Amino acid sequence: MTSSKQPALSIKNLTKVYDDSFKALKGIDLDVAQGDFFALLGPNGAGKSTTIGIICSLVRKTSGAVTIFGHDVDEDFSTAKQFVGVVPQEFNFNQFEKPIDILVAQAGYFGIKADVALQRAEKYLKQLGLWERRSDLSRNLSGGMKRRLMIARALIHEPKLLVLDEPTAGVDIELRRSMWEFLQEINKQGTTIILTTHYLEEAESLCRNIAIIDHGAIVQNTSMKALLKELNRETFVLDIREDLQVCPVVTDYPITLVENHSIEVEVLKTQSINRLFASLSEQDIHVISMRNKTNRLEELFFDMVEKNLIEGDGEKSDE
Amino acid sequence: MNSHQKWVAFDTILRREIRRFMRIWPQTLLPPVITIVLYFVIFGQLIGSRIGTMSGLPYIQFVAPGLIMMSVITNSYSNVVSSFFGSKFQRNIEELLVSPTPNWIILLGYVAGGMCRGLGVGAIVTLLSLYFADFSIHSLPVTIGIVLMTSLMFSLAGLINAIFAANFDDISIIPTFVLTPLTYLGGVFYSIELLSDFWRNLSLVNPVLYMVNAFRYGLAGITDINIVWSFSMVGLFSLVLFFSALRLLEKGSRLRS
Repeated sequence: MTSSKQPALSIKNLTKVYDDSFKALKGIDLDVAQGDFFALLGPNGAGKSTTIGIICSLVRKTSGAVTIFGHDVDEDFSTAKQFVGVVPQEFNFNQFEKPIDILVAQAGYFGIKADVALQRAEKYLKQLGLWERRSDLSRNLSGGMKRRLMIARALIHEPKLLVLDEPTAGVDIELRRSMWEFLQEINKQGTTIILTTHYLEEAESLCRNIAIIDHGAIVQNTSMKALLKELNRETFVLDIREDLQVCPVVTDYPITLVENHSIEVEVLKTQSINRLFASLSEQDIHVISMRNKTNRLEELFFDMVEKNLIEGDGEKSDE
Repeated sequence: MNSHQKWVAFDTILRREIRRFMRIWPQTLLPPVITIVLYFVIFGQLIGSRIGTMSGLPYIQFVAPGLIMMSVITNSYSNVVSSFFGSKFQRNIEELLVSPTPNWIILLGYVAGGMCRGLGVGAIVTLLSLYFADFSIHSLPVTIGIVLMTSLMFSLAGLINAIFAANFDDISIIPTFVLTPLTYLGGVFYSIELLSDFWRNLSLVNPVLYMVNAFRYGLAGITDINIVWSFSMVGLFSLVLFFSALRLLEKGSRLRS
């Protein structure tokens, strides 16, 4: 039985030291509420995949506790595993099998009979646009199709917690957006989703809460809204009509000349952008378009990781 | 998981294993059949006709039970070792590791798959051998009992090999340097009565000897080894291998980081 107040995932003081003494996780705590769409971000080697590996029992933890809907992954592994579906970073299905067979077999491993498994396989393959390719060898599917096949496989036992480790890596933008819609839809239907991604735009668009992990420690754990409020400056790219030979100067606004018709300007949250435009106008410089240099979450992410790199300098030897 | 769900999981693994070796039958079923037919032709008919009798039997009748057993041993072993290692290599073993399927069901599923191939090839070879030699069954329970236990034991051994294997070399070293010598020196082609005391005593530590002799007893009624002793030894080896394989799966050795 699970109570609605129980977190979907609860991690307490989780550590992982690999055989080569590398400390991948240094005692992390994390709670993910039921129904959440949660982003777990961090640079390469930060500990994201190790955390996910421990949640789905592919990695053995060194110490700490992990519970899924209140069920401990060690003491009550059978029930805990029923609740989790995982989409790993790398393709991990038999490339010589057909998608339909992969899904039915995966359902079987969760004790689901073949007739029910076939119905669910049809439902998810259709929803993910793979039904027409159900009898092809999996190795003949495109990269995007393989990723969708892994999502269908993770959903075949209808888990309450879906963990996706970079599910849209290498997927074109159109397909990525259709996958976002699909994930948003199953989240609306009640599935808790934990997502790791390198596309910060993806995390910003989809996730309500976020944790940033770096060097095996959680450096930020808050709501997406609260995090974005912390952003105190933004960098804008301004396209200019004139052919600039020298970089314009505006007091309090650091400007970089990118190329003759483009400049970058850093604007603090407390500053008015009108004064910038007025000053440029006085210099006979006309702005024809303007955009953010990177998305807002990306700026914050880099700030935090950079800050952590400086503060945790003494611990970099772990890498 | 309740017992019905466990049965579904076991059935799924077994069906997947059978589908795998049937799909690639030119690699899994055909070669052992051709090899064994060549053995029958060369050792049984061409050379065997000049050897005369062995332990009171025409040589081809003496050698046939050993050749059938050899096909059961090599196919049971190689099916599990290649399938389980292949799943590790392609990482689709993770499909099972993230599921609630208990380790003992994973073990039984793969071993049952290995036994199906081993016994299937054994059955084909037995049918073919009828073309070369006359058979009568001396004891059906002994024949069936020992062939089942042999297949079980070598499927378990194949699983342990696959768990430890880190690359494709590792899954060919044991069959080449351990399994083949054990089989060839396990009384398939000769009676250990022909050996000196030292080699005869040394042969007694070879489990294949017990299997081949028990199977030969089941078919032809002759053996170099006490049958009860044979069953006991094969049973003991199987138990040790079963619990060793289960322990390795529980620990997640070479499977979970």
